[in-house]
Amino acid sequence: MLSSIRAILLLFVFSFLVVPVKSQMVAEENKLCIECHTSQSFTIHNDWTGMDETRLMNPFYILDTVRFVDGVHGAFQCIDCHSYEYETYPHNGELKLEPLMTCIDCHGGDDTYASYQFDRVEEEFEKSIHRELLGDQFTCSKCHDQHYYTPTARTSSNVKEIVEYSNNMCLSCHDNMIKYQLVSDKEKPQLVQIHDWLPNQELHFNRVRCIECHTVVQDSLMVSHNILPKEKATKNCVECHSSNSMLQASLYKYQNLRLRSGNAENDSVSSGEVYSGSFQFLSMNNIFSNQYYVIGASRIPLLNTIFVLIFVFTVAGIVTHAIFRFLKK
Amino acid sequence: MSAEGKLYLYPLWLRIWHGMNALCIIILIVTGLSMHYSTSILFKFESAVAVHNISGVVLTIFYVLFLAGNLVTENGKFYQIKTKGLKNRMQQQIKYYVSGMFKGETSPYPVTATRKFNPLQKYSYIGVMYIFVPLVIITGFALLFPETIIEDVYQVSGVMLTAIFHSIVGFFIMIFLFVHLYVASIGKSPVSNYKSMVTGWHS
Repeated sequence: MLSSIRAILLLFVFSFLVVPVKSQMVAEENKLCIECHTSQSFTIHNDWTGMDETRLMNPFYILDTVRFVDGVHGAFQCIDCHSYEYETYPHNGELKLEPLMTCIDCHGGDDTYASYQFDRVEEEFEKSIHRELLGDQFTCSKCHDQHYYTPTARTSSNVKEIVEYSNNMCLSCHDNMIKYQLVSDKEKPQLVQIHDWLPNQELHFNRVRCIECHTVVQDSLMVSHNILPKEKATKNCVECHSSNSMLQASLYKYQNLRLRSGNAENDSVSSGEVYSGSFQFLSMNNIFSNQYYVIGASRIPLLNTIFVLIFVFTVAGIVTHAIFRFLKK
Repeated sequence: MSAEGKLYLYPLWLRIWHGMNALCIIILIVTGLSMHYSTSILFKFESAVAVHNISGVVLTIFYVLFLAGNLVTENGKFYQIKTKGLKNRMQQQIKYYVSGMFKGETSPYPVTATRKFNPLQKYSYIGVMYIFVPLVIITGFALLFPETIIEDVYQVSGVMLTAIFHSIVGFFIMIFLFVHLYVASIGKSPVSNYKSMVTGWHS
């Protein structure tokens, strides 16, 4: 009995030791920055009073190190992006105004991440309403937080996770006045009311991304970045709810989703197919390996064939019987 | 109640239910097919969804009326199952439809005040009204509130399974409708049974 209590206590103690492991993965060079920028407060020497003062940290400057190391730039040093002058403490207040790098500054013409097609993303973004209305004010980081961003659409095998992550990027401004007012002096959009026309609104919000309707879908681009003005957003249900569903070229095109169907190794993937295998569940192999349903698009050909055969036999039976009745009258 | 060899078999409440049920089922079939195949021949997709949902709710209200009517009136007795000799009775009726009626034989189970349905009619109606329609209503309401459906069943979308089941049951109701409409033409005259469902009097 005593030994089991001891074991539980040990587990309890170790559980606390395990938690900080992630934050220990932050680059060694960042430790000094992290020391303050993960705390709620910091201490500074006030030259005016000659005293050390403890003050509250601006919550927007507190870094979540767990999310940071999970993000795409988790292995970076802080001064890879921020000025090296930040190494001096107290920091020079002017540094807050330094222009930060955009994605293209590093990734433009970047062969290492050629598959991400950063230059094409830039081209598409240039056409978007964000760019048109807000110009240079609207940077990549408005949606893609450099500290925490993860390429969920490429890595996740869960549609809901991809949808949630993507939509949260939009909602981080469009449903958050603190960020929205940075780029607009308009009133916060009433998302629920604006989308009143959409049947099963909650289901749509949870199962498809905003960008499915609010962008020009590009087959050859992972995520379309040409965000359209709201007047041009798709309002035509059959764009998705049809056998030729647009979702095949957007949400359900990802290879990671296709791999989930478990038989990707048996199928060759041509660019024309646009990784649509997991969406269509057209072959019997795929029927029981899919986790989503779209009215009008999710059809099972075998079942449809059986339906047609039963219908034809029924009608043939009725017609034959009717002919005999007529002849024997 | 009878007059000039006619039987009053279909009271007003039953005829109202039957008419509304028929109307809803036809609308549900057309809109259901329209959504399944995403065709806009009769309805645009969004209209098909709205009309399908409304018709489904109306069908359910009238189904409750049907159940209540069968509980409080004599009509319920026509749906009582009698297993003894069932196979034989069914075979007799099938034989009549397949060959007997062409040889001028009389129906083995003619309509009387105490026997509204022949065995084939009775058990197909029981199957449709007490198994298929409840199933299509339950799955239909589940799809109307998809958040109530189990998310994944062994990695398969619960909504997808429910939708497939709903389609299959709906399809068989459609097949029943076709057969029902045709068999109804087998009466004293090809239109007498249709008239009965309007007037209430069977001839």
